[in-house]
Amino acid sequence: MFDITEKPIDVEAVRQKVVSRNAGAITLFIGTVRELTNGKKTVHLEYQAYPPMAVKMFEQIAKEIHEQWPEAKVAITHRVGHLAISDIAVVIAVSSPHRKMAYQANEYAIERMKQIVPIWKKEFWEDGSEWIGDQLENIPYPQGQPSIDKED
Amino acid sequence: MIHILLFAHLQEVVGESKLSVELSDITVDQLKAWLEKQYPQLSLQSIMVAINEEFATDTTMIQSGDTIAFIPPISGG
Repeated sequence: MFDITEKPIDVEAVRQKVVSRNAGAITLFIGTVRELTNGKKTVHLEYQAYPPMAVKMFEQIAKEIHEQWPEAKVAITHRVGHLAISDIAVVIAVSSPHRKMAYQANEYAIERMKQIVPIWKKEFWEDGSEWIGDQLENIPYPQGQPSIDKED
Repeated sequence: MIHILLFAHLQEVVGESKLSVELSDITVDQLKAWLEKQYPQLSLQSIMVAINEEFATDTTMIQSGDTIAFIPPISGG
């Protein structure tokens, strides 16, 4: 259900993982590489992951989703390596009996991913490059580590 | 012997993605201080640490055979 891959992501393959006879809805989140960030033009991106721990953290997110929305089913694939503008970086699929749950659980998954899943992005511009950290602009981990407890 | 994994900019500062060092029975904090001494350009103050793929704190003890990953602020998605 959870994967880190160096190859282009097959969106339909991720969707297939959450297909269920009890589902009345599937939401798909597709994260793509944006050209302009705060007016600065990105030429390409490079993603790096700590794959075994990233998969563990995806499983942690699935556990949290299961506690909050027991009927939801989630699958996540994140790509690493060199990505061009408009390439797909991440796909999150959630199925559930009703659409509201599928929307909510899907948004929860991407927000948690940005907190606890060890994946990093390096932006390359025409005049340089930089590893990007902490997109949520939090004070970096006041407790020394991200909260693994379920958050509302 | 412990195994250290470095990611993102930390990898570039140290010039390696993996290190194996003959240390054990120290805290995360002590390991951070030791590494900063070995690599003076390295700053590990706001860097999270995972031991054997579980998040740890600065006071967690490191045992021989552990894999310690230094995890800079993440930016997936």
